[in-house]
Amino acid sequence: MSDVLLSLKGLTKAYPGVVANDHVSFDIGVGEVHALLGENGAGKSTLVKMIYGLVKPDSGEMVLNDAPYMPAEPRAARADGIAMVFQHFSLFDALNVAENIALGMENPPPMRDLAQRIKSVSENYGLPLDPFRAVGDLSAGERQRVEIIRCLLQDPKLLIMDEPTSVLTPQEVEILFQTLRKLKSEGTSILYISHKLEEIRSLCDFATILRLGQNVGACVPRDTSARDMAEMMVGAALKTPERGGRDLGPVALSIRGLSVPAPSAFGTALKDVTLTVHKGEILGIGGVAGNGQDELLSVLSGEVLCAPGEVLLHGDAIGQMNPTKRRKLGVLAAPEERLGHAAAPDMSLTENALLTGSVRQGLETRGMINWSRAKGFAEAVIAGFDVRTPGPGNAARSLSGGNLQKFVIGREVLQDPDVLVVNQPTWGVDAAAAAAIRQALLDLAAKGAAVICISQDLDELMEISDNFAALNEGRLSNPRSTQGLTVDEIGLMMGGAHGMEVAHV
Amino acid sequence: MIGLERRPQPSRAWSMATPLVAVLATMLAGGLLFAALGKDPVEAIRTIFWEPLFGEFSFYYRPQLVVKGAPLVLIAIGLSLGFKAGIWNIGAEGQYIVGALTGAAVGLAFYPLESVFVFPLMVLAGAFGGWAWAMIPAILKTRFGTNEILVSLMLVYVAEQLLASMSLGLLKNPEGYGFPGSRNLQHYDSAHNAELIAGSGMHWGAAAALIAVIFAYVLMNRHMTGFHIRLTGEAPRAARFAGVSPTRLVLFCLGMSGALAGLAGLFEVSGPAGVVSIDFNVGYGFTAIIVAFLGRLHPVGILLAGALMALTYIGGDIAQSNLGLPSAAIQVFQGMLLFFLLAFDVLTNFRIRLGAGEVA
Amino acid sequence: MDLSAINPVQLIAFLMVAATPVLLAAIGELVVEKSGVLNLGVEGMMITGAIAGFAATVETGSPTIGFIAAAVAGALLSCLFVVLTQFALANQVASGLALTLFGLGLSALLGQSYVGVKPPATAKIDIPVLTDLPVIGPILFNHDLMVYFGIALVAATWAVLKYSRAGLVLRAVGESHDAAHALGYKVVRIRILAILFGGACAGLGGAYISLIRVPQWTEGMTAGIGWIALALVVFASWKPWRALLGAYLFGGVTVVQLNLQAAGVAIPVEYLAMSPYLITIVVLVILSADKSSAPAALGRAFHASR
Repeated sequence: MSDVLLSLKGLTKAYPGVVANDHVSFDIGVGEVHALLGENGAGKSTLVKMIYGLVKPDSGEMVLNDAPYMPAEPRAARADGIAMVFQHFSLFDALNVAENIALGMENPPPMRDLAQRIKSVSENYGLPLDPFRAVGDLSAGERQRVEIIRCLLQDPKLLIMDEPTSVLTPQEVEILFQTLRKLKSEGTSILYISHKLEEIRSLCDFATILRLGQNVGACVPRDTSARDMAEMMVGAALKTPERGGRDLGPVALSIRGLSVPAPSAFGTALKDVTLTVHKGEILGIGGVAGNGQDELLSVLSGEVLCAPGEVLLHGDAIGQMNPTKRRKLGVLAAPEERLGHAAAPDMSLTENALLTGSVRQGLETRGMINWSRAKGFAEAVIAGFDVRTPGPGNAARSLSGGNLQKFVIGREVLQDPDVLVVNQPTWGVDAAAAAAIRQALLDLAAKGAAVICISQDLDELMEISDNFAALNEGRLSNPRSTQGLTVDEIGLMMGGAHGMEVAHV
Repeated sequence: MIGLERRPQPSRAWSMATPLVAVLATMLAGGLLFAALGKDPVEAIRTIFWEPLFGEFSFYYRPQLVVKGAPLVLIAIGLSLGFKAGIWNIGAEGQYIVGALTGAAVGLAFYPLESVFVFPLMVLAGAFGGWAWAMIPAILKTRFGTNEILVSLMLVYVAEQLLASMSLGLLKNPEGYGFPGSRNLQHYDSAHNAELIAGSGMHWGAAAALIAVIFAYVLMNRHMTGFHIRLTGEAPRAARFAGVSPTRLVLFCLGMSGALAGLAGLFEVSGPAGVVSIDFNVGYGFTAIIVAFLGRLHPVGILLAGALMALTYIGGDIAQSNLGLPSAAIQVFQGMLLFFLLAFDVLTNFRIRLGAGEVA
Repeated sequence: MDLSAINPVQLIAFLMVAATPVLLAAIGELVVEKSGVLNLGVEGMMITGAIAGFAATVETGSPTIGFIAAAVAGALLSCLFVVLTQFALANQVASGLALTLFGLGLSALLGQSYVGVKPPATAKIDIPVLTDLPVIGPILFNHDLMVYFGIALVAATWAVLKYSRAGLVLRAVGESHDAAHALGYKVVRIRILAILFGGACAGLGGAYISLIRVPQWTEGMTAGIGWIALALVVFASWKPWRALLGAYLFGGVTVVQLNLQAAGVAIPVEYLAMSPYLITIVVLVILSADKSSAPAALGRAFHASR
């Protein structure tokens, strides 16, 4: 369609034990929105890090505007007109917007001029921002704006966006897309990394698909069905979880008028949260990251205590009980952060099995640990959930994300909970493992347990949950049956565009 | 370019080997230091490590090893519990002093009554004194979030002043002709922490140290509390998720280390030292930090490390009198040991990779 | 007891002198902590600076060379901390303790032949008219240069942290080393520079004790000042001017208790001598409720992975 801006030729990068990129080649045209599509672990991040100068390729070359291009560091990449918006924002909470932007520029103007430029650029592209607010106080969508404006101030030729919509509501996504289309119309190329097929179909001109580090195909998204792209991405037909015919039983757990102050300066306070979950029900809780998901899980797991009557199990007040007491009663949880929260990275799987299994599995008697039973429990989890590891003596850190997640979920499911609370159960997990985990949750509910599934993956929630509610700035919407729920309705439950001004592009 | 690469899991072999490598490296560097001071390095190292064990006067030095090693092990065991959990009590020296003061005070209060109950009461009082002194940083940390490192350390200086005040005032020997210092507890049978087997150096403190090693071993390897301590050190958030109360853990760890340091102080003042005097404390509380790390925070390791450190103390004394090696040189030597240990420790968790590394 | 012997003007002048060592060390540590590194070795670097400065001054007769030597010695010792924490990725708390234990031993070894030696006096400034002014003269215009240097250092640190790009980058590294690394900043290099600066400042503070405040050499003469400097950084919520205020408060407590001792107040000497440490604890307790201004990455090791 147009001239080539950046051409990748045979880029290869290997890490011990894994080839992250294996002779990847493709071209990005001027003014083109180019999608890079692939599952987690397909090598997308490594590839863009090479383009951005964060990682040096083992072999292969790049050509930018007909000149050889091999940035030694991000600075060099930025000097050549490459800008990047990170998946996990590289922002500094305690610094203000202008300071954050200055840090990403080579020769920032004096603060006052910079603030002025931030104002004008941000309004020009429909992304209003106050340059003097502390970044830690901004919503996820606003934080992303900081990153984007940081890039735009450098007049980039190529803007790389790594999973930009994972932190946005559907309405916010629409605002972002308008901005990106305006950029494209001005001749800026965009490399858009995602695994969300519908987004790519609506935004991108061209797509390159990566699987296990290799370029396995290309297509024009508008002319390709989502199903075909998914199959290229995954490489095999997926087994979709079976929805069992579930009857909702009596109320298992309820939260009534729960309010909890923010645990830290940049945390979220829970405000007047009320919910009910029945035996055999899966309640899906959606919402953009950082709207109280972690806090809600902590209140349910017992890590954060509240007034006794604010959390009721079978009608009994448990708000003041610690995690151990709650486990005894059958309330189990699996937090989002696998390493460091759900599991101790340097400890063995046996020790990690003991971490939550001690009470219900009888792994201790009057404080003394029965290590052989703990090992047995770990082995049961490994066998029952197909965790790929040499054995229970291996450290949690040595497992891949998907395998550790299976272990963490399996550890709770095998303890036969009455109520299970999970947060982001399939985040960063390959498709096969994600399907297995979802199936385990469905089976658990079918056996009569109540499951609360907090997730940012709306497709996942639509697939497995009976009822859906959304967290927005610490408030929980009224739950609704997932039957017949539309994307627009979900978006509004998630808080619409978070009061952000809609772009007028 | 040399790069570091994180191992998929900590290497057990290196974890065991680093203390030995560190000792060897310290001998080398120490030898250089001694040579720089104009001493024969081989002779100095031999004097420090060989003389006390197998030399001509080893019959005298071997019991001394026990006497010096016991308080180090006792204190280091306590410290290791907290260090494992990321709770940094570095004021053991102060808890040691206060334990000695409270223990001695109880003993002196009974003087001259002879009874089998006096010594056990002193032991309880000593442990209580150290415990109470450690409770100050513990409670300030749990109630107000105050940094326990700074508070426990400040309290060392307070305890030293308290010691000076006591030995010049309240606990001063009324029959001491006005000289500072208390009555000599060695001359008060009911309060004397005498050798259990004559000439062995084994006193109640050494017995307590051995019991502490066994207790700590069982606690850390077989008991949920020990598991929770390790978990807190590795991943504090996971510990809270597992149901550990950070407050109770801080109170337990600081309390235990304080009580053990206090016991060490009591056994010292009622035994080898005998009197409460201004210069009663000689830095065991600080050296025990080295012992705890050198022993890899493992009870058995600490036992070995305590013995090694006692060896350098006694060997250092011999080298001082025989070779004129300054006593500060031994202090430097001990400091080096900790340095090398921490430096080589990197190999437990990382692999050194030569070639194109990507270190920022 | 004779409280009238205490002269308030002299008291304030002495307070500024008593505060200078802890101020120098605290400003250095403040910069180190702003970069996200917790160096508990201040005491060890101070005492090493104290003996290095003392020895250099005695040997050369020049306090200026002495102070330069002290700064170099402090920075050299902090290199050990750099090796441990920035290259070997050792625990910062343990490494800092190691530095202190090592520094105490090293200084004792180096200082053996200097016990009881009197160093050449360091000159005070003397500005005609100004120095002779009543009250203001002794307080403002009759100190050695290091007192003014300390205040200037506070001002400079404040300005650099607040207004310069270098200061912004330093704060960013201390806030999130991963984000700074992603933007292409040399996290380790920046931290090394901060640690060396901290070491040099601690060395200067130590030399001030042995050359001016006391002035002589005794083993372990820093007596916890390095630790108080660490407490001061918390007290100051990582703000340079508050560190100055805190240092003067501490200096004030020290001078008042010394004056009370001299005046023969009925409180035993030992209790007066422990008061600075007790007051430090009390202040720490009052201020530790607010940790929001602490650098977010403080004390965490940084390893650039993939």
